[in-house]
Amino acid sequence: MDQLLHQILAGLATGGIYASVALALVMIYQATHLVNFAQGEMAMFATYLAWALLQAGVPYWGAFAITVVSAFVLGVAIERIVIRPVENSPILAVVIVFIALLVIFNSIAGWIFTYTIKPFPSPFPAEPLFGNPYLSSHELGSMAITLVVLLLLFVFFRFTPLGLAMRAAAQNPVSSRLVGIRVGWMLALGWGLAAAIGAIAGMMVAPTVFLEPNMMGGVLLYAFAGALLGGIDSPGGAVLGGFIVGVLENVVGTYVGSELKLTLALVVIIGVLVVKPSGLFGKVHVVRV
Amino acid sequence: MDGSAPLLDVRGLAAQYGPTQVLHGIDFSVAEGGITAILGANGAGKTTLLRAVCNMIRTSGDVRLAGERIDGQATEAIVRRGVAHVPDGRGTFMNLSVEENLRLGAHTRRDRSEIGADCERMYAHFPRLKERRRQQAGTLSGGEQQMLAVSRALMLRPRLLLLDEPSFGLAPLIVQQLFEILRVINQGEKIGMLLVEQNAAMALALADHAYLLETGRVVMSGAAETIRSDESIRRSYLGY
Amino acid sequence: MRGLDRRQLAGLAVLLVLACALPFLVANYRVFQITLVLAYAIALLGLNMLTGYNGQISLGHGAFYAIGAYTAAILMDKAGWPYWATIPVAGAVCFVAGFLFGLPALRLEGLYLALATFALGVAMPQILKHKSIEEWTGGVQGIVIVKPDAPAWTGLSQDQWLYFFCLAWVLLLFVLGWNLLRGRVGRAMVAIRDQPIAAQAMGVNTAMVKSLTFGVSALYTGIAGALGAIAVQFVAPDSFSFFLSITLLTGVVIGGLASISGAFFGAVFIQFIPNIADEISKAAPWAIYGIVLIAFMYTMPTGVAGFVRIARARLARRRGGSTVR
Repeated sequence: MDQLLHQILAGLATGGIYASVALALVMIYQATHLVNFAQGEMAMFATYLAWALLQAGVPYWGAFAITVVSAFVLGVAIERIVIRPVENSPILAVVIVFIALLVIFNSIAGWIFTYTIKPFPSPFPAEPLFGNPYLSSHELGSMAITLVVLLLLFVFFRFTPLGLAMRAAAQNPVSSRLVGIRVGWMLALGWGLAAAIGAIAGMMVAPTVFLEPNMMGGVLLYAFAGALLGGIDSPGGAVLGGFIVGVLENVVGTYVGSELKLTLALVVIIGVLVVKPSGLFGKVHVVRV
Repeated sequence: MDGSAPLLDVRGLAAQYGPTQVLHGIDFSVAEGGITAILGANGAGKTTLLRAVCNMIRTSGDVRLAGERIDGQATEAIVRRGVAHVPDGRGTFMNLSVEENLRLGAHTRRDRSEIGADCERMYAHFPRLKERRRQQAGTLSGGEQQMLAVSRALMLRPRLLLLDEPSFGLAPLIVQQLFEILRVINQGEKIGMLLVEQNAAMALALADHAYLLETGRVVMSGAAETIRSDESIRRSYLGY
Repeated sequence: MRGLDRRQLAGLAVLLVLACALPFLVANYRVFQITLVLAYAIALLGLNMLTGYNGQISLGHGAFYAIGAYTAAILMDKAGWPYWATIPVAGAVCFVAGFLFGLPALRLEGLYLALATFALGVAMPQILKHKSIEEWTGGVQGIVIVKPDAPAWTGLSQDQWLYFFCLAWVLLLFVLGWNLLRGRVGRAMVAIRDQPIAAQAMGVNTAMVKSLTFGVSALYTGIAGALGAIAVQFVAPDSFSFFLSITLLTGVVIGGLASISGAFFGAVFIQFIPNIADEISKAAPWAIYGIVLIAFMYTMPTGVAGFVRIARARLARRRGGSTVR
């Protein structure tokens, strides 16, 4: 029982990371109806940037801040420069561009930083808080950071004029133009935010899985699954889905063995989707014949 | 019309959807603080005309706002110059609240402090919106969404208001109320209006100048009062 | 798709003659590479049926390629079957697998189907490595296949014989596929892709057609996997990672969706571009590959086949048509 509790709590910690990436995926999906497959690799690349800054002697939180801002700028730049030319192309063409970005980032990271696994420091102390046996300080810390990020995003989208404009642009680009919103830039901003979120997720996950070019592959897949489980058009659902997947992964991994845990977690998720195709909280699309 | 330069001056406006030509080089204008109506049957090109003014579709021709050319500019840029467009279908942000819809109308404004006061003024014009301010806009009735769309456009504090068939799908009493409010706003705040309507009677009662559009061409224009009182024109062109 | 006119038939005949001459004109290693192109072309036609013609996205077709490959390998290695007999079996096994997978997947659309097929693609290597079936699959090590010899009377090298063997299968499967796609079933597939509700209202058994399409698509890909395995002489779980599924999808889009000729363009791309990228940059070959992909999508979003179609139409207009728009 004790072990189960520990697994669930640890699952919530990793689930928080999946939840943030899931939210980033949903943000871009809501605006474009596309899933950004390159999200994970962009996050990994940003984490390497943080590593390089740390190697250069920059203190942790300074490196953290610079990385987040740089990731934001990178996200905006990619949308404006790489994605914009194909925005009216057939969907699969855009999917290929995403895959291309994925492959490019992965390859360049391997080239610049090599494929050797590197340790990445955690800003949190090594001893667990109050000596508790359930959660390490890093797990607790990353959960806290995840929750702060999610809260800030919620406040941003719900209570600021810019957040409102971004929501409007995603829902109804035509009407948004008619109130003077520059829809293209709202999209770019969305990409920037998604990239920044990804960078934070990368920096939180790297201490546990170690830094290497393929580190975000599993994270992206779980985040994708979590977003779909919660409902790809529901930000709240995506966050919840991310947490559920985190717990599921940990529990399945412990009790069934880690070779098949990816497969089994996915099978469970697909099982849920076959029962409720639009996800737990997604809108059921009633199609008017 | 008075002697000063028109608020909106359009010459040779042509527009097409793909290979199909919909507007064939038309001229029209809206006076400062005036109300111009564009009348015509379905398919005459009225909605296309408004979309063309905002450059939402491919156009050619000369479009000037208070003397400055706006043809060819991005829709968002034209809006920022003070042109508010109430589109056909109302263009409501269905998943956002009434209040959020209003605030979006003021998106381009710099004077943040005034926006709250302006919202209150819209609520004063349309009390029903105030009751529903936190409600999801998609749940409003047709008439209420129309009021919301007009209010949203007015939140811009525009110089020119474009209205695409505001009476569409509304009960006659609601249409009367709406048009009365438009008159009040036009007279009080001197906002120019370009009104596209199938309901000729109501449009002519509100407007001071009118054009009749038939398959993408202007076939008649004149003072609204003149057209209204001329029985033969009314019978042959406007069907009443 | 109409029937072929005489000019097109003549063109195909010329291509066929060239294809038969090819193995005698180039080195054995190149023959091997082109044999793989043929196998990939079959796989891409299969995937194109599902994604291009029927509109169902699959990110897991590498799994069917793997099943076909392992079927051939196990039959040859453990049961001593001759190589040529394994091909139809690989196809049949994959048809059943694809059909069975397609049934529950019916409820899933778009992204959800993509996730389901992706899960399949990710799961396959893990399943293939699993201890419980290790004695059949050879576990992580995989299975080594003995390359078949050409019959003595032909005087061909092993690579050349295998090339002709694959070519024969390509011809058979492409002719069958072409017939299928331009017949009633093909039209039903496209109807389901474009207007699923209308299709159903007109009496198309959507569920059956979609599952059948999955099955046939898997069959093609499975046969391709079997042929590929025999050519490469080796199967191992890590050769069939999800990356293979991505590669197949890339091939279909680059070649051109809903196009039979696109299968060949795509196959050439996925076989040779990685090699070229490797030559350009040893350090970051996949970065070059990615850049090439992006360049293709900027210039030919409808794939090579789509580009050819557009170019031909433009030429026809300029030659035969008036300048009146």
